[in-house]
Amino acid sequence: MTVGPGWYLTLSALLFTIGAVGVLVRRNVIVMFMCIELMLNAVNLTLVTFDRMNLGLDGQVSVFFVLVVAAAEVVVGLAIIVSIFRKRASADADQVNLLKW
Amino acid sequence: MTIETIVFVVVALGALAAALTMVLSPNAVHSALLLVGVQVCLAIMFLLQGAFFIAALQVIVYAGAIMVLFVFVVMLLGVDRKEALIEPISFQRPLAIGLGALLLAEGFLIGASELLPRAVAANRAVAGEGNVEAVARVLFTKWAFAFEFTSVTLAVAIVGVMVLAKRDTNS
Repeated sequence: MTVGPGWYLTLSALLFTIGAVGVLVRRNVIVMFMCIELMLNAVNLTLVTFDRMNLGLDGQVSVFFVLVVAAAEVVVGLAIIVSIFRKRASADADQVNLLKW
Repeated sequence: MTIETIVFVVVALGALAAALTMVLSPNAVHSALLLVGVQVCLAIMFLLQGAFFIAALQVIVYAGAIMVLFVFVVMLLGVDRKEALIEPISFQRPLAIGLGALLLAEGFLIGASELLPRAVAANRAVAGEGNVEAVARVLFTKWAFAFEFTSVTLAVAIVGVMVLAKRDTNS
């Protein structure tokens, strides 16, 4: 019994789904953000697996760029969360209702 | 049963368990620590597939830098704050789980279709080079412009954070 790329892709799909459901179910914005990170990580695993299937290296370079974007995104997102927290004194997504009609 | 199979099964189960408990845990600090666990598991997956450079990046950048930021913000915003467990929209959770199942089914459908190449090969580095050297060669030749552009992305992010986090001293 050997591990094929399909196993890695299945694991990646499961992790991505857990992350997506987490974003929809949770209301603490920080935990929602962690779920987004989980989805990015799952995609990284897919890219590395495709790389292995195609004997290339471009997927690993893509993972590098995903890491850079994730770092920038986390920094900006957490700054937004902190500034929301200053205004609303809450980390609950339901409190951010300024655009709600 | 090769050694890769054993390591894969153990680490994959660990990653799935950690991810599930991360979503279900009511405490944000627990979630953060469990996410570190998932990321370490994924780093082992990258090692298994021969992507040594990415595995090192995963541990240093993700599990190190990014998660420290998360824990810092959790600490800043107060740990003791529990999420209200009453869901104001009654159908949101079942709907979310249904949509998640749909997403998973879509993923498997695409995976089972002929869109994906069936070729399976062991990861081999370019002859005479390790993984890090090979990635560096591709990164600094074929993707050199994109690599330089990441510095612009990071600089913009830094400026944005400065603007967002600055306290208004006038009021």
